[in-house]
Amino acid sequence: MTKFIIPGALAVALLAAWPHAQQPTPPPASQQPTELSTTISGEGGQAPRLAVPDFIALSPDAETVATAKTIGQVLWNDLNFEREFAFIPRDVYASIPKATSFADVPFDRWRELNADGLIVGTVQKVNSGFHVELRLFNVRTRQSAFARGYDGSNARLFAHKMSDELHKSQRALNGVAQSKLTFDSDRDGEKMKGTVQNRSIKEIYIADYDGENQKRVTVGQTLNIAPRWSPDGRSIAYTSYRRGGAHLFISNIFQGTLDEVTKGDKVGENWLPAWSPDGTKLAFSSTRDGNPEIYIVNRDGTGLRRITNNPGIDITPTWNPSGTQIAFTSDRSGSPQIYVVGVDGLNLSKKTSESYADRPTWSPAPFNEIAFASRSGPGFDVKVLDLSTGATKALTFGEGTNESPAFSPNGRHLVFTSTRSGKAQVFTMARDGKNVRQITKAGNNEKPDWSK
Amino acid sequence: MKAARSTTMLIAVMAMMTVAACAKKNPPVARPAPPPAATNTPAPPRPPAPPEPVREPTMVPPEPVRDDAISSASLDDLNKNSPLKPVFYELDISDLSAANQKTLDENGALLKRYSSWAVTVEGHCDERGTAEYNLALGERRAIAVRAYLVSLGISADRLRTVSYGKEFPFDPGHDEAAFAKNRRAHFVITAK
Repeated sequence: MTKFIIPGALAVALLAAWPHAQQPTPPPASQQPTELSTTISGEGGQAPRLAVPDFIALSPDAETVATAKTIGQVLWNDLNFEREFAFIPRDVYASIPKATSFADVPFDRWRELNADGLIVGTVQKVNSGFHVELRLFNVRTRQSAFARGYDGSNARLFAHKMSDELHKSQRALNGVAQSKLTFDSDRDGEKMKGTVQNRSIKEIYIADYDGENQKRVTVGQTLNIAPRWSPDGRSIAYTSYRRGGAHLFISNIFQGTLDEVTKGDKVGENWLPAWSPDGTKLAFSSTRDGNPEIYIVNRDGTGLRRITNNPGIDITPTWNPSGTQIAFTSDRSGSPQIYVVGVDGLNLSKKTSESYADRPTWSPAPFNEIAFASRSGPGFDVKVLDLSTGATKALTFGEGTNESPAFSPNGRHLVFTSTRSGKAQVFTMARDGKNVRQITKAGNNEKPDWSK
Repeated sequence: MKAARSTTMLIAVMAMMTVAACAKKNPPVARPAPPPAATNTPAPPRPPAPPEPVREPTMVPPEPVRDDAISSASLDDLNKNSPLKPVFYELDISDLSAANQKTLDENGALLKRYSSWAVTVEGHCDERGTAEYNLALGERRAIAVRAYLVSLGISADRLRTVSYGKEFPFDPGHDEAAFAKNRRAHFVITAK
């Protein structure tokens, strides 16, 4: 075998000269639902301006019409959430004749509204639910930049999947429309059994990222708090008092099974499990050796290792994205502050000098940040520490108290607890502190986490 | 000397016979006899009033009513108006003040008298700390109380600790009066 060593620059030149390398040029116009996709850009470097009219119901029955309407609206919300596109307001769509198929889209009229891209979809009733066809048209060329077909029955799920795929193909962005939230809630008004009166139980809930489909996960009739999504989104680890003291439990929400990670009388209190990025381990805080320290344990309860050793309180661990370091809260300096330590227990460093800082949450890559709650006046505000520059930036400014931040899987948003509307509720916001949305309304809802 | 000893024995025997006779006269009293030390100890902390007023004064039994109320009450009733008083803390603090030590001295005396009681010491915090750190702060408060009671001679086996952080506020208000009530170590009697 003969080896050819081609210098890099020459290789690039050769590749460029190859006919195959020219594939990214716009493909011929296609009305077929193929996997091809190109990107639509805005003019002069602006975000592309999109229009998302209601989807076309191919049959006149009420169910199909309602599904078509819901998909269009939810897709608009999903795409708007990432702020990657500019949107032509929905209230001007009425002035444009409605298309009845992909064949009679009035491109001229959408061009008059200065649209760069137009999303058109059709909804057809089939035995198992609906068949939905999606096109993203380049309004100037009238070519389809993205085309795909979907089968299913849930209008919101159609829209969430489409949004994530459109963001991926058009903006090379991992959207969060299919991601989920989890938090603890006392909304059911159920009380603890036992001799002390009037104590509300808390149960674990999940919700879609936009607050829809809120569902209860646990039935412990006790305190179940501080849930954390496993990286595969199939399990939730949390702190439960169903055995009396605080222990770590895992609910496998699609199997309907429950795992007990810490068991027995001799293991002290066990709080605030945090999944390792590969989902095989949990970091948590325990008093099993007499004082709150950080430990790592396999998810089946084996292989316990202690990471910290200090007479102060060490609690609230979070992993870095590569699973090599843990950030946590310690009051060893006198007040609670954020520290980082290797998973081997070495290379400890103090990261904050706030009056009081807790609930660190490490951002996903490519960001290298830790969000946390910082005491500011009577309450707390969410702050973000940039680990590469050491700079700290506040994202909330005393609108109630703001606690327990967690990043969205793409790092562009945070979920947190705030009392700005009265009781403690779950909110989301963009990483610049804008676009604040209230997710929960009933009861108190706290200590949220965002699926990975 | 010999005569004195036999006199003492005689008195003792007579005393035992009297006790036996008394016991025979009152067989239907089902409640356990109060601990013997009770009648001589002058000042237990004032316990709660019985849940209902005594309707017929003539029916008041000869035994001390206070101790009766405590030893005959159900766990639910005991914990609703517990003879074991909670101790309260300053913000972000888990050390025991002098006032708290006095409260715990009184609680310790009760725990010595009712030596079969098992107790859970609950640590609680107000809402001005974070939910997460408060779990550990509440634990520290509960442990400080247990350590003090153990130093008074109460067996550690009788004292469980648990922290509820700020999850179970006693007063749902958002002012200092409420916060002061919520920063506490609270006693729950779990067995008697």
